[in-house]
Amino acid sequence: MLAAMTRAAPAMSHDTYTDEFLKSTLARVRTIAVVGASANWNRPSFFVMKYLQAKGFRIVPVNPKEAGSTILGEPVYASLAEIPHPVDMVEIFRSSAEAGPIADEAARLGAKVVWMQIGVRNDEACKRAEDAGLTVVMNRCPKIEYSRLYGELSWGGFNSGVISSKRRKA
Amino acid sequence: MADKQFGFETRSLHAGAAPDPATGARSVPIYQTTSFVFDDVDHAASLFNLQRPGFIYSRLTNPTVSVLEERIAALEGGIGATATSSGHAAQILALFPLMAPGLEVVASSKLYGGSINQMKHSYKKFGWNAVFADPDDPASFKKAVTDKTRAIFVESLANPGGIVIDLEPIARIAKDAGVPLIVDNTLATPWLCRPFEWGADMVVHSTTKYLSGNGSSVGGVVVDSGKFDWFKAKAKYPSMTAPAPEYHGLTFAETFGPLGYTVYGHAVGLRDLGPCQSPMNAWITLQGIETLAIRMERHCQNAQRVAEHLAKHKQVAWVSYAGLKDSPYFKNYRKYMPRGAGAVLTFGVKGGYEAGVKVVESVELFSHLANIGDTRSLIIHPASTTHRQLTPEQLVAAGAGPDVIRLCIGIETIDDILADLDQALAKAGAGAAPAKAAE
Repeated sequence: MLAAMTRAAPAMSHDTYTDEFLKSTLARVRTIAVVGASANWNRPSFFVMKYLQAKGFRIVPVNPKEAGSTILGEPVYASLAEIPHPVDMVEIFRSSAEAGPIADEAARLGAKVVWMQIGVRNDEACKRAEDAGLTVVMNRCPKIEYSRLYGELSWGGFNSGVISSKRRKA
Repeated sequence: MADKQFGFETRSLHAGAAPDPATGARSVPIYQTTSFVFDDVDHAASLFNLQRPGFIYSRLTNPTVSVLEERIAALEGGIGATATSSGHAAQILALFPLMAPGLEVVASSKLYGGSINQMKHSYKKFGWNAVFADPDDPASFKKAVTDKTRAIFVESLANPGGIVIDLEPIARIAKDAGVPLIVDNTLATPWLCRPFEWGADMVVHSTTKYLSGNGSSVGGVVVDSGKFDWFKAKAKYPSMTAPAPEYHGLTFAETFGPLGYTVYGHAVGLRDLGPCQSPMNAWITLQGIETLAIRMERHCQNAQRVAEHLAKHKQVAWVSYAGLKDSPYFKNYRKYMPRGAGAVLTFGVKGGYEAGVKVVESVELFSHLANIGDTRSLIIHPASTTHRQLTPEQLVAAGAGPDVIRLCIGIETIDDILADLDQALAKAGAGAAPAKAAE
């Protein structure tokens, strides 16, 4: 799918991210833990998980209320610490304040990327995670960014900002 | 949204239009189809539930039309756009997520006559009330705002009075009132003015005019900045902030964040009202947009020359064009659209109504018709045509009094444009006494 890269440079500023930075960040990721995963098929976190799953990512739902059940065919865990395998990225669907300890936990467990949803930003936690060698994206939706960078967002009439004279894969 | 901002001309040619994934076609393919097949039942469900982007039916979205939408959103600096069958449809669609029976839109009293008509009469059938304010007096918008106001609506450059509105204070009034400012940017085009840079929340266009550019296709578009904070005024905008029963309780501004207004425009606005743009018209409009910058540059150069020529002409009583130094709108033009004052101007012929009619009937190069934004030069007498539904008071308020002739300057050779006006003015002068030769 995407060319694998070992390590993306940290974002220069967390107000804007270059397309290259976001592409290389997603390219290093196969397994995504989603903290705040809803079992309700009509909630935003479910939309994001379903989309990312369709794009070939393995999603790992994390939600203490749903622990032991499955969402989109994947077992749900009560916390990041209970996931019995490594994850590449931790996607945070919680408030900015709650994002702090979740990001710290992601670093302890060896994730490569912490991604905070659109509307979620915690600069202190970001600094700690980056100091620990993680790549951090804040206040962005991975579904919007993936679909923006790879053409599908344009189908809804959105301004992707992507201009290319290269033929995309059908 | 993206990191790198390409230049205006580059976006005019490329935004939204990578080579076709299926065939490699470089020009945008015309997807002249009503419907699109689903991969399987789950794919269909995901599309109907708005869980993933994709095409279902061309009333909602179409791949050719979505190129047009992205192209115009990119030119305006917006987050997304919804194309419509006409500029009038765009106005309805822009207000549809905001309004409900008993609510109000505060609009400029000097809008295009057709827009005044739509708002004053047809909106009443939806229970929407249009309240008018004076575009020359931003404070009048503040006075007109009530707790029922859900939007402020103005034109950046108004036809036919040549009014360049002072957008910045009106955007502040809208922000303080917690309602979106919608700007009709048809006459200016994003090449001359980008209302989002001055605080507007949405932009509408009749793409029929300069965007299409050659007078061949009717269309419209609603562009969203993605910046309006719906949840700040949660109770005011239930279409955006309350669960939508037909989408199983999904909330547009929550699920789609800054994309919500444009998703609503397609998934509810176009779905239920139905004024989609056809793929063919979208394609023709895209061909026009490719040359928008160089056309507008020449349109404005030619219009400036015509305005200066007429201002010195013995048979001309007055000229209204923001590009003339004595225009009351010269200052706003320099601030909001310094690349040019547009290509529409009005003037009054000495000899009044009859001389005016004679000019309109004597031109050979100018076309006498009710449109603007054509590559060809156009002429009309607004009081007897485009604005004839207005009352005498409204006619004067809209800058369309009985002596007014409106010109829309094309991109023909400037000497031919000036010569045609001179010969028509000479004929009009010959009918009056005493005859006066053109300068």
